[in-house]
Amino acid sequence: MLGFLARRLLSLALTAWLATVVVFVVLEVLPGDPALLMLGTEARPDTLAALRDQMGLDRPVLVRYGGFLAGLLSGELGTSLTYARPVAGLVAERMVVTGPLALMALALSTAIAVPLGLWAAARQGRAADWGVMGFGQLGIAIPGFWFGILLILAFSVQLRWFSAGGFPGWQDGVGPGLKALLLPAVALALPEAAILARVTRSAVLDTLREDYVRTARAKGVGRAAVLWRHALPNALIPVMTVLGLQFAFLVSGTIVIETVFTLPGLGRLVYQAIGQRDLIVVRDVVVLLSVMVVAVNFLVDAAYAVIDPRPKVEA
Amino acid sequence: MTAPRRPLPVSLILGAALTGLVLAVALLSLLWTPFPAEQVRVIARLRPPGPVNWLGTDHFGRDVLSMIMVGARNSLAVGAAAVGIGLALGVPLGLLAAAVGRWGDEAVGRFADLVFAFPAVLTAILLTALAGPGAVNAIVALGVFNIAVLARVTRGAARQVWRREFVRAALALGRDPASVTLVHVLPNVAGVVAVQATVLYAVAILNEAALSYLGLGIQPPSPSWGKMLNDAQTFLFTAPLQAVFPGAAVAVSVLGLNLLGDGLRDLLDPRHRTGPLG
Repeated sequence: MLGFLARRLLSLALTAWLATVVVFVVLEVLPGDPALLMLGTEARPDTLAALRDQMGLDRPVLVRYGGFLAGLLSGELGTSLTYARPVAGLVAERMVVTGPLALMALALSTAIAVPLGLWAAARQGRAADWGVMGFGQLGIAIPGFWFGILLILAFSVQLRWFSAGGFPGWQDGVGPGLKALLLPAVALALPEAAILARVTRSAVLDTLREDYVRTARAKGVGRAAVLWRHALPNALIPVMTVLGLQFAFLVSGTIVIETVFTLPGLGRLVYQAIGQRDLIVVRDVVVLLSVMVVAVNFLVDAAYAVIDPRPKVEA
Repeated sequence: MTAPRRPLPVSLILGAALTGLVLAVALLSLLWTPFPAEQVRVIARLRPPGPVNWLGTDHFGRDVLSMIMVGARNSLAVGAAAVGIGLALGVPLGLLAAAVGRWGDEAVGRFADLVFAFPAVLTAILLTALAGPGAVNAIVALGVFNIAVLARVTRGAARQVWRREFVRAALALGRDPASVTLVHVLPNVAGVVAVQATVLYAVAILNEAALSYLGLGIQPPSPSWGKMLNDAQTFLFTAPLQAVFPGAAVAVSVLGLNLLGDGLRDLLDPRHRTGPLG
């Protein structure tokens, strides 16, 4: 198992490094003059020169890349052109919105999907199963951001229970902050829950076909006990894998949902940075998010190896 | 006596019907729309659904039904291009990886890991930062993701075919790996690839809508479902129904393609049949 984990860690570290190379090449090498791309052709020559100097564009590309990588490793990211502040500080500020939002969405989707999947598996082929599978198909087909708009329409415009967007911050207590994140979290959770419910159902059904489950039933263990004690814990292994894989979709979803609900999170920071042509923020946040995706994939692999120690033939 | 025919999966019939409907609407928009989709009539702005404008008008007085019809065309075209890129590059890459063995496997695996580190929206953001917003960026961002997925799926399926007796026999008879790949492996992985491509088409339509909502996809004045939803959000208080129709169009298209993909899989591999609606 340790050998498998070490190999996986090495290959994912390589992936994370390649991700930094891709982002650096796209944003700092391909444009030719990134300072010109950021300030536009009508910028004053002295302003352009100052930015080139600040970004160290007179240095060779490899040296610049080395500096970028060293900065990433030490946690010192670049300085935003728009905000005139270190990107690391901006990221930390925005994470207090995006972090809880993603966690709420994850918790909500798991809380909805696992019982639904279990219920559908227990009633395979019956109305409940059709209902859950129908919910799964619909949940995957409905764009999360459209669902968010519909939630605003229902709960903000019609019922006026929630504000249509924005975030009050955490300084007035946890309540108002959580309330502002609830609708966005529901919108983010829907597609995740739909996929997870389908995976849970099929994983539980697979487990129910195993010999040890048949043995338990033959020994007189009740249906419900078999479902909860035997089928569910084993079915959670593939569910957890899918949950980890969903992280990349959560990252995409966060960028869109934060825009729908005008939340000052990490996704909106990087999205706004394009309009502001703040390539330094785009570069650093994109690298950060992609490395996070790679890291979560490794954690899932590691957890999978610990829970299910059968030898891994393929990565 | 012929064996009794298995009934077609429900998901296949439903999926084909929904996909056929969206395709028909998209094709019809080439010949006819109730109004020109880009015709601005400020005097008729934000009209509710009625006998003249069946689904109402937007804030520029454009006919929503006509925009949705042309949007279907745009959405299907972007999706087709993105899946086309995936098929054209991903399938040969996967076949090659399976044919050359370990090193090819490694290379495809690493490439896919790298691509999956960048969710489509992040790739689109990177490309937009470099080259400005546009449908081409969306196609490239979605296409790169599709290359990785299809390369992996093809490689996995092709490796299984390579282990089968008839392939070994063909090799023993002196066939070279390239012709074995084309004559024996490709036809046997085509089904799996078709199922995956259908599902990726649905994912591409979903992602294109999200990118257009963010302003990173199809650019105005050409109508797109995502951009229509972005506009509609500004007028939620005055014209709430405008936020309903384009989203429903996305959902119907994606639902149709997903059901079609599930149905195709059930048809090709009945053992895989997972239950009601795929």
